[in-house]
Amino acid sequence: MSVKSYRAAIREALEHEMQRDPDVVLIGQDLAGGAGGGGEDDAWGGPMAVTKGLVGKFGRERVLDTPVSEAASIGAAVGAAAAGLRPVAELMFCDFIGVCCDQILNQAAKYRYTFGGQDQVPLTIRTTIGAGQQLGSQHSQALYPLFSYFPGLKVVVPATAYDAKGLLATAIRDNDPVIFCEHRLLYRLREDVPDESYTIPFGEARIVEEGGDVTVVALSRMVHVAAEAVRALREDGIDCDLIDPRTTTPLDTDTIFDSVEATGRLVIVDEAGPRCGTASDIAAIVAEEMFNALRAPIRRVTPPYAPVPAAPELERSYVPDASRIIAAVRSVMER
Amino acid sequence: MTVSRTIYAPSREGLRDAYGAMQKIRCFEERLHAEFAAGRVPSSVHLYAGQEASAAGICAHLGAQDYLHNTHRAHGPAIARGADLIAITKEIYLRAGGLCQGKGGSPHLHDARLRLIGANGGVGSGAALACGSALAIRHRQENGVAVALLGDGACNQGVVSESFNLASVWKLPVVFAIENNGYAEATATSYAIAGDNLAARGPAFGMPSTRVDGADYFAVHEAAGVAIERARSGGGPSLVEIMAPRFYGHYEGDAQKYRAPGEVAELRRTRDCLTRLRQRMIDEYQFSTAEIDAMDAEIGVDIDRAFAEAAAAPPSDPALLMRDIYADRSGL
Ligand SMILES: Cc1ncc(C[n+]2csc(CCOP(=O)(O)OP(=O)(O)O)c2C)c(N)n1
Ligand SMILES: [Mg+2]
Repeated sequence: MSVKSYRAAIREALEHEMQRDPDVVLIGQDLAGGAGGGGEDDAWGGPMAVTKGLVGKFGRERVLDTPVSEAASIGAAVGAAAAGLRPVAELMFCDFIGVCCDQILNQAAKYRYTFGGQDQVPLTIRTTIGAGQQLGSQHSQALYPLFSYFPGLKVVVPATAYDAKGLLATAIRDNDPVIFCEHRLLYRLREDVPDESYTIPFGEARIVEEGGDVTVVALSRMVHVAAEAVRALREDGIDCDLIDPRTTTPLDTDTIFDSVEATGRLVIVDEAGPRCGTASDIAAIVAEEMFNALRAPIRRVTPPYAPVPAAPELERSYVPDASRIIAAVRSVMER
Repeated sequence: MTVSRTIYAPSREGLRDAYGAMQKIRCFEERLHAEFAAGRVPSSVHLYAGQEASAAGICAHLGAQDYLHNTHRAHGPAIARGADLIAITKEIYLRAGGLCQGKGGSPHLHDARLRLIGANGGVGSGAALACGSALAIRHRQENGVAVALLGDGACNQGVVSESFNLASVWKLPVVFAIENNGYAEATATSYAIAGDNLAARGPAFGMPSTRVDGADYFAVHEAAGVAIERARSGGGPSLVEIMAPRFYGHYEGDAQKYRAPGEVAELRRTRDCLTRLRQRMIDEYQFSTAEIDAMDAEIGVDIDRAFAEAAAAPPSDPALLMRDIYADRSGL
C-alpha cells in the first residue's frame, strides 16, 4: 500500500496487465511520443502522461503510437480484439468520439451479436472526460451516457485512484468492449492504493456514505463534490446515503433500490447533461420500479442544457457544485 | 497455345477450384435473383454476379491463418472462402442454422473459423478492422495476411484513407482489394471518384498499387498473389484495384434506370469472367466440355439442396434476441 495518484494507479494497472498477458497492447496517439523525431523517446508518455515509462518496459511492438487517425486506430483495435488480442486503445478526449463513432458504436458494440455470438471483442477504450480546465465546448464533455445507450458496451466511470486501478484491471480482463472514462480533474487525486494487482467487479456500486435520510447518487468527479455537500448537510442534521455506481453499464440498481427503499428520497448528481443522460436514466428506472417507496419527487443535479463554455466564470456555473446539491437535498427533505 | 507466363500461374487443380467457386457464386446468385423476384427472400440482398474472379482470384492465395474482410456484397467472397453453402443460404433467409444464427443476414455473412469477417453496416470500416487483424497476426507471428475487400464507393470514406495510411505507417500485412464495379448504389465512379483512379491512391500512402481487369481471372490471380505474398513476407501493405462489372442492380429490386440502355447486356457479352475462364481452361489447360459440364451439374445439385434446406429451416429462436449481447454477463 502506498499513496498514489489516480494517474499513477491507472498506469500501474496497465503495467500489471501488460506483464500478466502478452496479448495486451496499447494503441493511441503519443502514448510514448517521440516516434520519428530526433529527440527523446517516450517524451510525452501519453497526452495525459498516463503511459509514461511503459514503452521502455514493453517496447514499441506493444505500445503503438498512431497517426492522428481515430477511425482507423480504434477500428484496428476492434479488429485486433476480435482476432484475439486484448488492446487498450486511447481516445484522448471523449469529445473526439464523433470521428470514430462507427468503430465504437457499430463495430465494437455489435460485433459479437451481429455474427451470432461467434466472437468476443475484449477491447478497452480509455478516454478522458470532464469540464474544469477552461478547454471549451469540444474538450470538456462527459459523454458516458452516449456509450451506455449501446447494448454490447460496458462503461466505467471511476471516481477514485483505488477504483481506477481495480476497475481498469477488470476492464482489460473482461471479454467485452469497455469504455473507461477518466476524469481529467482527478488525475492528481492521491490516496492509498495497494501496490499489488487487484480487480473490482463491474456492476457493484460503492457506498461512500451511509445516512438514511436521502439517497444521493453521484458519478465520477461528482462523487467528490457530492461528498462535500453530504458533509455540510450532516452538520445540519441531514444524513445522506452517498452511492457511486462506478459503472453505468452494468448499473447496480439493487444498491440504489435498497437505499431508496429506506430513504424514499433520491437526488442524482451527474456531470453529463440533463437530457438523455445518466441522471435521467437512473431517475426513470427508480420512478418505474420504486414509485411507492418515494416520498418526494426525484431531483437531478446536472449542468444546464448548454455546451460547456471556456470562460472560468461560465464554466463554474456550468458544472454542478456542492451548493446546488445541498439545495436539491433540502428541497426533497421538505416533502 | 501456351500457358500464360506469370509468377503465380494457377495450376490445373487451382483452376478447377477457382472455376468451381465462380460457377457456384454465379448459379447461386441467379437462383437467388429468381427467388427474390418470387418474393421468397425476406431481406435485402446485393448480388455479386460479374465480380466472381475477384473473390476467387484472391481466395486462391489464402490459407487458414489469413483473414478476409468482406463487403456487403457478401455472397461471392463467402462462397469463395469456403463457407458452408447451406449455412450461407439459411443466413440470407434469416433462419435457424444460418452462419450468424439469422442475426446478421446477407451483408454480414461471417465465419470465425474460416477467418471470414462479415461486412460492416457502414461501408469502409472493414479497412480499419483488417489493420487490426493484421496487427494480431503480426503479434502472434502467424505468417498470415489480412485482405480487406472494399467497394469503390467505400473508398470515399475517411476511415479508408486513414487505414491506408495506418497500414503503411505500421507496415502491416494487409492487402486492400478494391472491387471497382463502376457504381456506388446509383452513382457512377466517373462522378464520385475524383481522379477516376483508385489505384493511384496507393502510392500516395507509400503502398505498391496496381489495377487489373476483373473479367480476367488470371490477371486478378496474379495481382492478388503478388500483393498477398508481399504482405506475407513482411513487405507491408498493398492496394489492388479490380475492375469488375456488376451484372445486377445495387440490390435486388433496383430498376437500374441510371444505367445506359443495353449496358448490362454489353457487359455480359464482353466482360464475363466466367465464360472467359471456361474458354481458357478448354483452350490452354486441356479441360473438356464434358468435364466442365459435370462440375456444373454437381454445383447445381448443391445449390438446389441449399435452397431447399433454407426454405425448410425453422425460424430463428426468439430466445436469441437477448443472447450474445455480451460475452461476460457478470453484473448485468
Ligand atoms: C457509411 C455508409 N454510407 C452509406 C451507406 C449506404 N450504402 C450501402 S452500399 C452503398 C454503396 C457502396 O458502394 P461500393 O462501396 O462501391 O460497393 P458496391 O455496392 O458497389 O459493391 C452505400 C452508399 C452505407 N452502408 N454506409
Ligand atoms: Mg461499387
